[in-house]
Amino acid sequence: MYIYDHYDQQIVEDRVKQFRDQTRRYFAGELSEDEYLPLRLQNGLYVQRHAPMLRIAVPYGLLATKQLRMLAHITRKYDKGYAHITTRTNVQLNWPALEDVPDILDDLASVQMHAIQTSGNCIRNTTTDQFAGVARDERIDPRPWCEIIRQWSTFHPEFARLPRKFKIAVNGCTLDRAAIEVHDIGLEALHNAAGELGFRVLVGGGLGRTPIVGSCINEFLPWQHLLSYLEAILRVYNRFGRRDNKFKARIKILVKALSPAVFAERVAEEWAHLKDGPITLIEEEVERVSKHFTDPAYLDLSDQDAELAALDVAHPGFARWRSRNVVAHKKPGYAAVTLSLKKTGIAPGDVTEKQLDTIADLADKYSFSEVRNTHEQNIVLADVEQSKLFELWEQLREHGFATPNIGLLTDIICCPGGDFCALANAKSIPVAEAIQERFDNLDYLFDIGNLDLNISGCMNACGHHHIGHIGILGVDKKGEEFYQVSLGGSSGRQASLGKILGPSFAQDIMPDVISKLIDVYIEHRTPEEQFIDTFQRIGINTFKERVYASNH
Amino acid sequence: MPAIIKNNQVVDDQWTLLEADAQLEQALHTQQAIIPLALWQQHKEQLQAVQPLGIWLEAGQAIEDIVDDLTHFAVIALNFPAFTDGRHFSSARLLRERYSYNGEIRAIGDVLRDQLFFMQRCGFDAYAIRTDRCPTDALQSLTELSVTYQAAHDQSLPLYRRRSA
Ligand code: HEM
Ligand code: SF4
Repeated sequence: MYIYDHYDQQIVEDRVKQFRDQTRRYFAGELSEDEYLPLRLQNGLYVQRHAPMLRIAVPYGLLATKQLRMLAHITRKYDKGYAHITTRTNVQLNWPALEDVPDILDDLASVQMHAIQTSGNCIRNTTTDQFAGVARDERIDPRPWCEIIRQWSTFHPEFARLPRKFKIAVNGCTLDRAAIEVHDIGLEALHNAAGELGFRVLVGGGLGRTPIVGSCINEFLPWQHLLSYLEAILRVYNRFGRRDNKFKARIKILVKALSPAVFAERVAEEWAHLKDGPITLIEEEVERVSKHFTDPAYLDLSDQDAELAALDVAHPGFARWRSRNVVAHKKPGYAAVTLSLKKTGIAPGDVTEKQLDTIADLADKYSFSEVRNTHEQNIVLADVEQSKLFELWEQLREHGFATPNIGLLTDIICCPGGDFCALANAKSIPVAEAIQERFDNLDYLFDIGNLDLNISGCMNACGHHHIGHIGILGVDKKGEEFYQVSLGGSSGRQASLGKILGPSFAQDIMPDVISKLIDVYIEHRTPEEQFIDTFQRIGINTFKERVYASNH
Repeated sequence: MPAIIKNNQVVDDQWTLLEADAQLEQALHTQQAIIPLALWQQHKEQLQAVQPLGIWLEAGQAIEDIVDDLTHFAVIALNFPAFTDGRHFSSARLLRERYSYNGEIRAIGDVLRDQLFFMQRCGFDAYAIRTDRCPTDALQSLTELSVTYQAAHDQSLPLYRRRSA
């Protein structure tokens, strides 16, 4: 993974000092609440229901074990002993004291971490595929490009006061696990017919209040021009994006107002000036950054299909786990393992300080001392020897990470919701938990198969409910918490946005509603169909009739 | 005379900022006036003779409207209706980097200490700090970060072309 040199380190250290002074000025009354707000936000600090919430950047999800241990230390020392993995692969603390934050940042800087631009109206953490660098279907490793974008976007002077937040995602695989179509900018790394490397550029996607799938404005941008082109897009947005209404300030609104074609022309005009300028990327830099993402010292191994199959027979639990939580690796004899943070009864994405230390130990032992956070709020050990899978599984079980539910209904993406978030209309964690309890029978859960169930506590959509096969949105009905259900969303290629099923439901009947939806699917599916396929074939009405029938 | 930051120092401001609805007479009778864009557009003929002259733009006004007239202006002031508004960050870079403007670019309006670091990188060299705040205190922000990744007005090359490993 990327290792800071003295320049990178200086930037985070200067930043800690700067923020320490901003916080001092705030407490001294030299900065008003309003003035301190954007400063603390651009440092990941929200003031929430109970306490400030600190969002720590985990660039494109990668963490070294040293960093995990520091996170464990910080949650012990400054918080209540647990942290939360967010849907943008960052780490959130729910209970730090404002006056401790500069010290927390100091601790983070000591392991090459920070909280820069994790919130506020600026370019946020760039995200990518959790299997980057190890996926079998990968064409181009997106990580060096993510790091190049991270550096370009860190304290970019021109784009430090954007109309609204700005999120970039990069994919380099056949499948799209980074959901690039629902980002402000989505980049797909690819080779053109001549074998040259470049990016397909999507712009104006996003969830939130006005969910939109991004539009392609450039089919092939040669890699040398990546930053000048990004700069052109951001400049058009910074100058012409709406600032009069916070709900219409995202770039998607500008792209829609102008039309993607006109927006593309505006970017092209701007880019004509910037192209081939000093920020043209050079081979040496791409190589310098790429060197940090070369393969670890893999052994020459072969796939263990027969041995693993034998273990499957002897240990059905292992077989189950392997079928859901283990994926193929580009290197023979290796596998990528997802640790499920979706055990029933634990808020999706939450990890305790002990678990963080344990994960670090496991990563040291089994996966070259690195882990990845996923946007589905789990943690991946990306480079595990197949011959050690069984031994690893036994340890994961002991520590509560072996729930065999990755990609299944109970692997719920869920925002912190009303339990923690001041913006929430409704709680989301208890709804997730009630649904997990309803579907606790593993045979049934496996029979239902792949299903993305996503929950957001309000239309800010941190839980990505629009792109869940089943999406749940907390709404406020005359001061009471209700839940609106949508069906048919999907992320990945050909992303689609869910359709609203109908009037919203009270919290206590949500498990029943989900049960009915699943019943309809089970009754109508053909043997090869997943939930989303059946939905696309039979449409929303059958589901609607079943769910609302009993209400009358 | 109010104090402003100019070239990294707090100095007395020699210029007078005219209101958005200022009339031609006022502009002609004020020494070192910074006039609103509309006035310039309406009375270019008469105002061309005034030396030195400054002009100011609202956040929503595009610098493209004045790029043919840049030689007339010793000061271009860019207004920030709110400290969260970054539109003129782009304007300043364009004035410096695309239109080679060498005069003063001044930030006016809701200008507070914590915008200054970004502003100077974009090409601002003068800051009329909001009057309830201390310009001397604000000076400190100009040197808060010692390393920058990007190319901008203050740094023609991005770090990746300056890095020595
Ligand atoms: C937060 C409250 C303030 C603090 C902490 C503060 C701090 C300071 C300091 C440390 C100096 C430098 C003195 C020196 O160089 O020996 C200074 C000078 C000055 N301050 Fe303030 N100040 C504050 C408020 C203000 C306000 C509201 C104004 C009016 C706009 C103001 C205008 C000035 C001026 C004109 C100077 C003299 C600059 C010079 O002679 O170079 N200050 N202030
Ligand atoms: S979706 Fe709403 S409730 Fe949930 S974390 Fe985001 S802002 Fe808070």
